Amino acid sequence: MSETTATTTATPAVETKEAGTSARHWSPILTIAKRELSGYFASPVAFVFIVIFLLASGFFTFMVGGFFERGQATLETFFTWHPWLFLIFVSAIGMGMWSEERRAGTIELLLTMPIAPWQAIVGKFLAGWTVIGLALVLTFPVWITVNYLGHPDNGVIFASYLGTFLLAGANLSITAMISALTRSQIAAFIISVVLSLFLILAGYPPVTNLAMGWARFPWIIDAVASFSVMTHFESIQKGVLDSRDLIYFLSVIVFSLFTTSVIVRAHRAG
Amino acid sequence: MIHVQNLKKTFGPKVAVNGVSFTVKKGEVLGFLGPNGAGKSTTMRMITGFIPPTEGEATIGGHSIVDDPIAAKRLIGYLPENAPSYADMTVLGFLNFTAELRGLAGAARKSAVDRVVEMCFLENVLQQSVETLSKGYRHRTCFAQSIIHDPEVLILDEPTDGLDPNQKHEVRTLIRKMGETKAIIFSTHILEEVEAVCSRAIIIDRGSIVANGTPADLKRRSPHAGAVTVRLSDNSAAAVKGKLDNMNMVDRTVVIAESPATVRAFPRKQYASDELAKAVGDLAIQERWPLLELHTEEGRLDEVFRSITLPDTKIKSAKEISK
Repeated sequence: MSETTATTTATPAVETKEAGTSARHWSPILTIAKRELSGYFASPVAFVFIVIFLLASGFFTFMVGGFFERGQATLETFFTWHPWLFLIFVSAIGMGMWSEERRAGTIELLLTMPIAPWQAIVGKFLAGWTVIGLALVLTFPVWITVNYLGHPDNGVIFASYLGTFLLAGANLSITAMISALTRSQIAAFIISVVLSLFLILAGYPPVTNLAMGWARFPWIIDAVASFSVMTHFESIQKGVLDSRDLIYFLSVIVFSLFTTSVIVRAHRAG
Repeated sequence: MIHVQNLKKTFGPKVAVNGVSFTVKKGEVLGFLGPNGAGKSTTMRMITGFIPPTEGEATIGGHSIVDDPIAAKRLIGYLPENAPSYADMTVLGFLNFTAELRGLAGAARKSAVDRVVEMCFLENVLQQSVETLSKGYRHRTCFAQSIIHDPEVLILDEPTDGLDPNQKHEVRTLIRKMGETKAIIFSTHILEEVEAVCSRAIIIDRGSIVANGTPADLKRRSPHAGAVTVRLSDNSAAAVKGKLDNMNMVDRTVVIAESPATVRAFPRKQYASDELAKAVGDLAIQERWPLLELHTEEGRLDEVFRSITLPDTKIKSAKEISK
């Protein structure tokens, strides 16, 4: 019925010539990120998680953390809970990233498109990271509160936000990797919670101090702790952005996403 | 357009596809037949680059799917088995998404989407989310996705699965029409579809190609292709059988039904089936048989399919056929 139009559009109009190589790399990534984002907000799940995150972070900051009692114009009591909140929240955001594609079979569609698998991996990751970023932006009332009550160092707060965003990215990349291993979102959620918990506890002072008590070679504890997110988050929540910490979080992200691509490839290879 | 050379795929100890080779030219529609688990989908997945082959190579328009996957994938439109699509998206959103991934933008994208929406009759469900669609619509949405960039190569894994007879007819018409300008591979369980649509068919069993030819060629491999069947209003079947047995062209005869008497005669190897038909016609005139019917069997694809793909039960099914 419309074969005439069919022949006129026979040559797929690939990007215009002026779009360089970087545009060719980025355009599928953005397309996928856009789709994932709309996927997050097509169901109420993302809204529910963001609301729960905001409520929980408010509860821990003000009720458990004693924000008012401390009488200090800092957001330390706010940021200090983030590794624990992300444990649940980020795992929930990322759990379906690949498992759902595998369960629904859409992975076959996605990976037979003329794109490289890493573009899909990065696109999906960026979409999830954006949702988390949005949740962090929506915590602005805390920032307003502390500015209203006192004179905090906003540079420190900004650095802490950046650091916590990186921490969330590291957690999300780990969840993405786990998600590629299974068809079940629930399994992906549980395993990534456990793995993230391990990465917290390996450097959590109550645990490391206990381990130091019996350790014959304390440097082993130190070495293990240096892999923990806590070791690198400690200074960040005080607003210190050390390049070593930045490198740590970025390398966790790169490593996990690379491993995701290996898993995706291995799964296809059978 | 499609060139497949000695493709092989093993999953652990299991050999799913074992040395499959064929080519499909532009303007050809290749039907891919085989029992469940024969390796049809695995072969298609290797050709489309979803899974890498263990051995061998597939090239699409000269681009190797392993070494130059993006260039090869650009030429392919693919409808995977079960027609997956993103449940949370609207039909329009899904088609826009796939068009964008195909590198279509702006006006080109819009016209491409409009075209497939019209071709696949999706106007009424454009704003509906995929999960609320009936199976037929969902299937057509995924089919629309596969032709959105008007690809030169189309690979369709059971494109008519789950459609009602009218929709099946539409999809077949579409495939046949597109087959004039594209290279198409499609797999199916429905043998009449192969006769209706394909210019060539391949039967694959346990990972290997067991037959490759035009539908007419394949039908000739049917166990009773070339046999002549007569049906008479009031003679006894045994008497007719006796007369036919006496002809020296006849190898053997089988009574199909007693009343009205229906008997099938198989020619000896050296005689063409037309000769036998003529001779039986002469005999009927001579014997003044009240003929209701006299025809030469063309053979049926389903028989060929069964006799080729079920070697263990070959004897049994041959008996069933000649009943």
